[in-house]
Order: sequence, then structure tokens, then C-alpha cells
Amino acid sequence: MAGRNSTSVIPAPDRAPNSWGLGDGQAIPWDYAPAPEARDIVTLKDRYGLFINGRFVPATGGDTFVSIDPATEQPLAAIARATPVDVDKAVRAARRAQRRSWGQLSGRERAKYLFRISRILQERSREFAVLESMDSGKPIKESRDVDVPLAASHFWYYAGWADKLDYAFPGRVARPLGVAAQIIPWNFPLLMLAWKIAPALAAGNTVVLKPASTTPLSALLFAEVCVQADLPPGTVNIITGPGEIGMALATHRDVDKVAFTGSTEIGKKIGRGVAGTDKALTLELGGKAANIVFDDAPLDQAIEGIVNGIYFNQGEVCCAGSRLLVQESIAETVIDKLKDRLSTIRVGDPLDKNTDVGAINSKAQLEKITELVASGVAEGADLYQPACDLPERGYFFRPTLFTNVAQSHRIAREEIFGPVLSVLTFRTPDEAVEKANNTAYGLSAGIWTDKGSRILEMASRMKAGVVWANTFNRFDPTSPFGGYKESGFGREGGMHGLHAYVRLEDR
Amino acid sequence: MATNGRRAVTGRASTNGTVERIEVRKTYKLYIGGAFPRSESGRSYLVRGADGTAIANACRASRKDLRDAVRAARNAFPGWAAKTAMNRGQVLYRVAELMEGRRDQFVAEVGAAEGLREPRAREVVDRAIDRWVWYAGWADKITQILGSSNPVAAPYFNFTIPEPTGVVGIVAPETSSLLGLVSRLAAPLVSGNTVVLLTSETRPLPAVTLTEVLATSDVPGGVVNVLTGLRRELVPVLAGHDDVDAIDTWGVPEAMRLETEQLASDDVKRLSRRPTTVNEARFDWLDDRAAERPEWIAAFLEMKTVWHPIGA
Repeated sequence: MAGRNSTSVIPAPDRAPNSWGLGDGQAIPWDYAPAPEARDIVTLKDRYGLFINGRFVPATGGDTFVSIDPATEQPLAAIARATPVDVDKAVRAARRAQRRSWGQLSGRERAKYLFRISRILQERSREFAVLESMDSGKPIKESRDVDVPLAASHFWYYAGWADKLDYAFPGRVARPLGVAAQIIPWNFPLLMLAWKIAPALAAGNTVVLKPASTTPLSALLFAEVCVQADLPPGTVNIITGPGEIGMALATHRDVDKVAFTGSTEIGKKIGRGVAGTDKALTLELGGKAANIVFDDAPLDQAIEGIVNGIYFNQGEVCCAGSRLLVQESIAETVIDKLKDRLSTIRVGDPLDKNTDVGAINSKAQLEKITELVASGVAEGADLYQPACDLPERGYFFRPTLFTNVAQSHRIAREEIFGPVLSVLTFRTPDEAVEKANNTAYGLSAGIWTDKGSRILEMASRMKAGVVWANTFNRFDPTSPFGGYKESGFGREGGMHGLHAYVRLEDR
Repeated sequence: MATNGRRAVTGRASTNGTVERIEVRKTYKLYIGGAFPRSESGRSYLVRGADGTAIANACRASRKDLRDAVRAARNAFPGWAAKTAMNRGQVLYRVAELMEGRRDQFVAEVGAAEGLREPRAREVVDRAIDRWVWYAGWADKITQILGSSNPVAAPYFNFTIPEPTGVVGIVAPETSSLLGLVSRLAAPLVSGNTVVLLTSETRPLPAVTLTEVLATSDVPGGVVNVLTGLRRELVPVLAGHDDVDAIDTWGVPEAMRLETEQLASDDVKRLSRRPTTVNEARFDWLDDRAAERPEWIAAFLEMKTVWHPIGA
């Protein structure tokens, strides 16, 4: 990725790492030139309506809210604020489409629509990537190289399942559940949309999706894709608004399935909200993943993996490797190397192609990160931040490293959802397992070692739904993703992701 | 051993003046951690047969008993989950072997509890034994049915395998005291979960006899823990217990469904629910298609996906 278009210079930091022998933190006499991605590929409207039954309509009562660019704090557009009446309209539209159009199509026809959507996402990938970075604050190289291609490939993968459901569930007939209510977070807006909508449509369901209120734009652009693909009206409905609207959607009496990705706190409320009904529920909630580095790990590779594990997407990742567990004998080396590497991370304009860490998604999230980092200092952990310059405007936070962290510290227990790494140490594999599993969460884990048998042994002992060995934060449409314990239940991706959207009947 | 239905179970002496042996009655106890304690609360409740006659006093388990049972199940979990799949299958198959030896006793007890005449009671018991066999056979197969190898677009060997969830709370069917219970119990057990089970409140006795089978089988103590008692006292404690990972609410009374599921949500418990459209009392447990379901095993499994690097 880095330097793919460059012809001359080696990627260079703005301050010299220790390992360069120029002196600690020494400023070095060269820098990247700005490389901003052009914004003009995106045509922003002033106002966006709700997407119900194939058309954009204003919210009942006409209320709107503003989505801002977190890197500049400038407003991007006015977004319709849905009311419970709009929720009802959207669910009705979805029900109608499930009964009359989408639900009547053969799997073969559904497949072709989904392939079509995947192709359009590929064709308009640049537009989606720029818009996603503008609205969410994530670096363009991530939206360009991760979010958008993965979203397209997710539709591609599930497209092929639509007419092969009989092979996914031997001995059973898979029927759609009906209308799915889907509520997604702001950290991977388009990708989470794809994770939700693709398997739902493949199985013959129709959907009402609510994107996060700070990142609605890529979902609304996706609505245009649905129109472009001639998807039957009502098959996909997108409503925008605050959290209460998500809850109104989840608890709507004519919804058959609720899929939520977000915080554990809200996930529990949604669980309560659907209690006592027949609604199917899947939850993909928070995490506090351990990234375990053994003394035989390929260290330079591990350093890159640790950095990718926690600073990818500003650390606003439910499966982020936010607890680094290093074997004691190499802890000092790893921490030194990490500090070196941190000094070369570039924080800034999300639209700049050289940016590693973009803007924090919202003011509220920035305040939460700031508060938790302060608690780390107050509780006695040692803070390290590289001396990088932050833009004057926008919500930015320095990549942060805590050493001397105890398991009882809030920064080792609570999900921060920011670029903050807590470093703990261990001596034996047993201790690593105990510490790694000592959390209410169980979404992901990382293992770094040169020994294959140790990878498999450790992987089997992790109470986590995804275990990465000698890598971190990798995703693939064929690879099931989801949590143990309070990280939720149900899987997204792979054959297992279909299960969340079907009712199995006897043959 | 009892041979002729309720008379033997109730242990009434003959009243016709002839010399008849006074039967040794059984004390129906809880089953926690492989032991048979009475309720620590010292309470019991009277169990009546389907015809209204008093049969026995069953323990009225307390919150404390339930917490003890959860602790026993938690302690037993690592060992049970770590057994080889084939071994677990054999252990559960042996439960069927031992039930077979106590067939007549089960027929008598189920007949009394559910008001079934002998041929029907015998059919139910036989099916309960066969159901153990059916589920036991899944132990070393379910991973192959539910697991997968995933062709990711990167140099990783990526695979997904099911693992047991942990401690499963079961509110057993209220109506089907043995066959329904076995159908719901065997499914989470076969994959390596451990269980805290609340028996039918009104028909608890066949379940207690099943614990005597379990105790003399090779199922390690603590893997199955069985409590008799009142649903209104026990279900909220089970649903709200933070060290219970999943709950089967099949037998939860309609009036308690909402509260139970809300409590279960508070620590993101996995829920296996009876659809509201299914009437608990009318469910046909004799229907193999309905009650022998790999999905019921899958309900208490976690899917773990591992990315293993490929390369030098």
C-alpha cells in the first residue's frame, strides 16, 4: 500500500526512531508531501431523505440532523430524522416486498441482483471510499483498501449462496425469517452494512437498516446503488436517526429478526427489548482483545501486527487488539520497538493517502477516549505518546501506549474504542491464557509465535470467536466473525453467517 | 425393584391383612456435583401423581442450592469439554445402557407422573433411552457437520470449529417429565457443556431417578446437576446468574417468559427458546423428526475461527 505510486523515496517518518541512531525523537529533515485524495468524486446533496420503498422521502414532520466531517468539524449534509411513524412505514414496505416481490424471487434471481450490487460497489469504489473517509474520519487508504473492497466481496460471496441454500443446511429447508431490522455502528459504516444486508437478502429476507447517526452517508449512497441495481422497492429500506429510532425498529412488532452491531451496553438493552417475542436475534458487541506475543515470535512482523491491531481505524474496532500481552523476557525490546514504530505513525487528514490514523469519529467518542486515558494515568499506568503534531481542527487523538498496566485498571478492562494500547506481561503460556480470558468480552485474540503447534494450542484455549495467528484484524467474507461471552452471539460471514437469517424446516 | 406401576412407587403396604413386605421408600434428593444432598433450606414439597394421589416429597431447592449447582457445573466444565469426542459419546451411550436396566422403574414413575397407561409409558421410556443413543452418536460428528474450512483471499489456513458454550441452564419441559427432559439435556451435553437442570415442577420424580442413573454411569460428577423445586423461585435465579452462559427456556411458564428472557439478556446469555407458537404441553416428544435435531446441539456451541499463517 504505502509507496505503491511512489517512484523515489522510501517512506519516511518525521522524527527519527531510536533505531536510526540519530538520537531519540530527533526531527529529521524530510517529510511527506501532502497527498490528498480529491473530494470532487463525491457529490454531496444538501439534504438526504429516508430510503423507504425504493424512494427517498423526508421524515414525518420534516426534522433533520447534521452529519459532520470529524476531521474538519464542518457539516456535510442534513439528514432526515426518522420518527416511529417512519419506522412503521419502512417495516411495512419491507414486509410488502418480502411477501410480494423479493420473497417471491427464486434464489437464482436473488443471486443476480446481489452480484449486480457487488459490481456497482466495485465500479463506484472510489466514490464510496472518499465519502466514507469524509463522514467517518477513517484514513482513505483503509476505506479504499479495506472497507469498500471487502463490502463488495461480501455481496459477491453471499450472492453465490442465494441459490445454494439447500447445500448449506443438509436435511433441512432454509426459509427466510421475513423482515430483518439491522442496526449498525459508525466504525465501518459501509462494511457493516454489507455484513448485514448481503446474507439477509441472499436468504430471501427484506431489511430495514439504520446506520449510526454520525455516519449515515455511505448507507444513503448505497440506497442509490439499490436503485441503480433495480432492486425491487422495499427490499432494502434505510432509515436515519438517533439511537431511540434503532430501538423502535428493533422492537417493532412486525420485525422477525434483529441484528445489532455496537456496544455491549446497548446490545443488552436490545436483548431486553426483544425478550418474550419470537424475534431471532444476533448481537455483535464490544471487545477487549488480547494480543499475545511469545518470545519466539517474528518480532518485526509482530510489531507491525500490534500496531495494526490497535491503531487500525483509530482503534475504533470492536475486535481491536487493545491488550498487548508480551512474554516478560522480550517485553523491554518489544516496548522499545513499539515506541520507535509509533514515532513514524502519521496522524492527520483522513483524505491524505499517507495518513495512518485519521480522525476520531465524534466529539463524544473523543471525550470518552480522553476520559479513559486520564483514568489510566490516575490509576498509575505509564503513558507514552509520540510527539506528533495534530491538526488544529477536528477530533484527533495521539496513538497512545500504556505500560505498567495492571489487570484491574480500567484501561485493561473497559473497551476504549480508540488508539490506546495497554501493555501487560506474562511468563508462562498458562498465565497468558488466564490473563487473555480474564474479561467479560470474547471477540478476538492474537497469537504471535513461530511454533505452529503452539498457535493451535493457544487458539483452542482462547475464549474468543476469532483468533489471528501472526496477523491481526484480517477479515474475509468467507470467514465467520463473532463473539463469545458478552461480545455477543451469532456469526457474520461464511456459511455460518447465513444461519442468522434462515428458519430451518424439516424436509 | 418396582415392577407394577404406581403401587410400587408409592410403597403402600397391603391392607388386606395378608403378610406383605413393607416397602423401603426412596428419598428423592437433589443432584449436585455428583452428590445427593437434600436442599440446604430443609424444605420440600409434595408431589402428586397425575391422578392426584400423593407420591412423595421432593426437595424444594433454594437459591443457594442453585448457586452451588452452578459452581459444580463450572468446575466440571473444563474436564468434560476436554474429553475426546468419542469418549464423551461413549459416556453418554452408557447412560442409555443403564437406563435400559432400570426400564421398569422408569415406566412406573413416568406412568404415575404423566398419567400414562403402561404400554404408552413404556413407549415413552423406550424412546427416551433411544434418544440418548441418538444424541450420543453426535459427539464425534457435530464438528464435521458444523465446522468449516474457509477459503480466504490471503495466505492463511482459516477454519471454524464449534466449541461448547460452558455452563448451560435448562428449564426442563413441564409436561414431558423424562422424554422431553432427555431430549433437551442430551443436546448440550454431547458437545461438552455442563448443565444445571430444573426438573418439571409438578412431575419431578423420573428426573430424580435419572440422576441415580447418571451417578452410576461414567458421567463425571458436576457435569449434570439436577434440582427439583418451584419455578417461580428458581428460574429467575438461573436466568440472572452471571456464571451461567446459556439457558434453555423450553419449560419456562408463559407468565415468566418475558422476565426470564430479560434477565438472560443482562449478561448476554445464549437463549434457546420454545417458539411462542409451540404449546409446551402438546409438543410431540415421540416424534423423532421434531425432537432429534442437530440445531439443538448447535444452540449451545460457539463458533471459533482461527487464522493460521501459511508460509515458511
